[in-house]
This record gives sequence, C-alpha cells and structure tokens, in this order.
Amino acid sequence: MHDIYSFVSLLTVFVMACFVGYYVVWSVTPALHTPLMSVTNAISSVIIVGALIAAGASARFDASKLYGLAAIVLAAINIFGGFVVTARMLAMYKKKAK
Amino acid sequence: MPVQLTAILYLVSSVLFILALRGLSSPASSRTGNIFGITGMVIAVVTTIANLQAFTETIVWVVIALAIGGAIGTLLARRIQMTAMPQLVAAMHSLVGLAAVLVAAAAFYDQEAFGIATNGELHFASRIEMSLGIVIGIITFSGSLVAFAKLQGLVSGNPLVFKGQHILNAALGLGIVALIVAFCIDPRQELLWAVTLLAFIVGFLVILPIGGADMPVVVSMLNSYSGWAAAGIGFTLLNPALIVTGALVGSSGAILSYIMCKGMNRSLFNVILGGFGGETVVAGGLKVDRPFKAGSADDAAFIMQNAGKVIIVPGYGMAVSQAQHALREMGDKLKEHGVEVKYAIHPVAGRMPGHMNVLLAEANVSYDEVFELEQINSDFQTADVAFVIGANDVTNPAARDDPKSPIYGMPILDVDKAKTVLFVKRSMASGYAGIDNDLFYKDNTMMLLADAKKMVEDIVKGFH
Repeated sequence: MHDIYSFVSLLTVFVMACFVGYYVVWSVTPALHTPLMSVTNAISSVIIVGALIAAGASARFDASKLYGLAAIVLAAINIFGGFVVTARMLAMYKKKAK
Repeated sequence: MPVQLTAILYLVSSVLFILALRGLSSPASSRTGNIFGITGMVIAVVTTIANLQAFTETIVWVVIALAIGGAIGTLLARRIQMTAMPQLVAAMHSLVGLAAVLVAAAAFYDQEAFGIATNGELHFASRIEMSLGIVIGIITFSGSLVAFAKLQGLVSGNPLVFKGQHILNAALGLGIVALIVAFCIDPRQELLWAVTLLAFIVGFLVILPIGGADMPVVVSMLNSYSGWAAAGIGFTLLNPALIVTGALVGSSGAILSYIMCKGMNRSLFNVILGGFGGETVVAGGLKVDRPFKAGSADDAAFIMQNAGKVIIVPGYGMAVSQAQHALREMGDKLKEHGVEVKYAIHPVAGRMPGHMNVLLAEANVSYDEVFELEQINSDFQTADVAFVIGANDVTNPAARDDPKSPIYGMPILDVDKAKTVLFVKRSMASGYAGIDNDLFYKDNTMMLLADAKKMVEDIVKGFH
C-alpha cells in the first residue's frame, strides 16, 4: 500500500488542498477571523482518526492503545470545544434591523 | 465496510470541512458552515470507528474516552469569557499538537495496525513523516503553552531575551535535524524520544522572546503548525481526509500570520526573532513632558452628542477593562441623538485576529457598523469625533509621517484627521513599542485619562 504511487498521489492531494485552502481562507471576512481560528482548531483535531485506529487496533492493552486513548480525549476536547465555542461566537454576529 | 465506501466517506468529510471554512466569508452563511464542519467530523469519526479492527473489544473504551473529552471541551467552550478567547485558542492549539505527538507515538509502537511496516521493518517514508509529525506537533504543544501563559498573564508579556539565544536555538535545531537523520537510518525509540525532547525545548525558546503585542502573529503561526502536524499524521496514516484538513488549517494559519505581519509592517522572520513588543520596552526615545489637553467625561459627552459622525476605535485596552458593553450603550445613546456611529478596527487590534470584532459582536453591535482599516480610513476626514479606546500605536501618526520612527510604515487608522480626537487611556504612558504618540499633544486631541469602562459609563451618564 505504501508504494511510491500512493505517496505521490497523497502529495498531489496535499498540494491541491493547500491551494484550495489559500483561496477559501482569503475569502473569509476579517470580522470572522477569530471564529476561523476556533473552527480550524476543531477540524484539525480530525487527527482523532489516528487516535481511534491506535486505540481500536486490538484487544491488547499496550503502549499504543494507551497513547491512542489519551489522544482521543485530547482531540475530543478540541473538537467539542472548538465547534461549541465557534457556534457561540457566530450566534453573536447579528445585523440589527434598522 | 468496503474500502471504497470508507474512502468516499472520508472524501465527503473533507469537502464538508472546506465548506465550513467557505461559510465564514460572511456572518450570514457562517452558521450553516459550522454545521457542515460538525457533520464532516461526525462522518470521519463514525467511519473510522466502524472500521476498527477490534471493534467489539474496544468500543467501550473508545466511547468513554470520547465522552470524557467531549464533556471537558463542551464545558470549557460554554464557560469561557469572550475576552479570554485568545487564551482558549492557544490552549486548544497545544492540545492538537500533543494529540499529534501521541498518535505518532502510537503508530510507532503498533506499526502493523497502521500498515506502515513490512516484516517488522518501518517504511522509510514513514520514518520521515513520523519524525517530522512529532517535531511539529511537540513544538506546537510547548509553543502554545508559552503563548497561553503569556496571554493568561501567568508569565510576563514582555519579551524574554538572553544572550546567545539565537545560537542556542540554532544548535538545538541542528540537533533535531541530526536526530531525524539518525532515526531515518535506524528507527530506534530512544532517537524518537530524544527528538521529541529537543523539539519541546525549542518550542519554549522560540515563543518566550516574543512580546505580548506580537501575540496575534504567534497565535496564527501556531494555528498553522497545528494544521501541518495533522497533515503529517495524515501521510503516516495514508489518509487523504487528514491531509486535506491539515493543508486547509495550515494555509489558514499561514495567511492569518501574513495578514497580521502586514498589519504591523514587519516580516514573519522579524517577529520570530523576537525581542520586540513588550509593554515597557523603551525604544531609546527621550521622555519629555509635553503639554496635553485633558478632559472629563462630561466634556466628552457634550462634544459627542453634538457631533454628526463619531468613529469608535477599539483596542486591546477595551478588552482588558471589558468596556465593550458600556461602549455599545454609548453608541446607542449617540444614535438616539441622531449621531452617525461607526466602529473602525485595525487588523492587529487585540491579541488575536478578529479579537475586537468578536467582543463587539458579544456586546450586540450590529456587524454592518464595524469596518476594517481600508474600508473606513478615508472616513476620518469627514468625522467630527474619533473616539479611541484602548488602542494606541495603531493610531500613531509617526508610523505614517516619521521615517525615523520604529513603527514607520505600519498601516494606521488616520484618527488625527478627524475634527476632534477623544483618547481614552489609563495614563500617559507610552504604547507597547515604547513610542510616544504625537497624537496626544495635538490641539484637536482631548485625553480622557481613566479606566476605559468607567470612562465610557461616565460619558453615558453625561448625555442629556
């Protein structure tokens, strides 16, 4: 699975995603830069995927599983915290009827 | 679950993450964006759990871990005060960093489960990805801890500089590179932990010399690192969803750092080298007692209620004294008097990108009254009053007119062009760069020396 082809295709995905990120983020209004940081925080915690794999690889209780479970807790704090606080902030941006 | 379905679900969640960021292009679409983000995360997590090798044996543990983290995160997010948002974000960056390190370590100790080894031999590419992922992750962790401590006021916001700092950092950097090379040749766990330790120290040392007012850059930079760390893990796991997300977050943080640096007219390199941006640094300027005009809350109330147009310029001082609610009340009262009220925000006002906007939004200020520097700068010429509250250097005309000034070239809000400048300030001390502000001594400036919140409240009482 980890042959040269898969590495190059992943690299392609990575480079393309950098470009997508570049254009998407420039379109974010400066007024929402703080929610941008909190939501990117939440979504970068998608590394929880790696933590889940480590924790659920086998029934054995080994070092890998402990690291995995600890990482699940940390990433979950971020995911829940990040999305909740972003929602809280976004709910405050209101345009008042004039 | 068939491999293809798994791959497609990960793709869906990547697309949803992109849409989550896209939603932030306007406040109206942002709330839907956040829902997209949450959906993307649920899909990614559920897909992964459904594919776990030892699903039945481990699901209980996984759910418990998720519940603990989820409860802590939700509680924190609900309790946190809006003024403390920079600290919260810094703390969250440190968690992403640490989680990335733990995942990389877990992958190292269970190489088969992660499919990164054949015949017990760790793949060469994985060695590089793993060590880089750990280095970036742990630097994000320790760097964010320092940033958190500075923002929370646990350590001084002043830059901590010592002799030989840059040499020490360079030496540690070389040490890290050497250890990574050694690890790639012979992947032993001692080498991995040694790299981790060195990078941990580097994270501390790199952020320590950076002053409080440069925190917007630091926080953005660490945001970027947390993304690159996630992308690094994505390569180790051969997971495109992680790579896409990491790249999105990485470029997001990089762009924010760029915007912040531009807002201060400094290069990223210059900020990282540090030693600038403390609260009390004296930049060689002579302190001369110059005459200035001080006013009272009643004076300010009188001037403003008889004005046609008032532009309010908030800064970090407003956040410190929690003056945003009182300020909005003042704005409302002024509008009752038929005064046009606008808010002008400098890109580096506050301690993180967009900090002022969130506080104003919290205080219920309508977002179409809040303007960025380029949008509003020409308006000051036609304004009767510029009301500066808790901002200083971002209004200093020296940045525009005096080539010798250390902040020369930094874009500023042209508040001095307004007919009258009302400047709320705790005392006559200078701003973060230790630079005197000529604005204080101009004929059309009235200094309102008091705590920001108290002054605004008194002004509100002074309206007739």
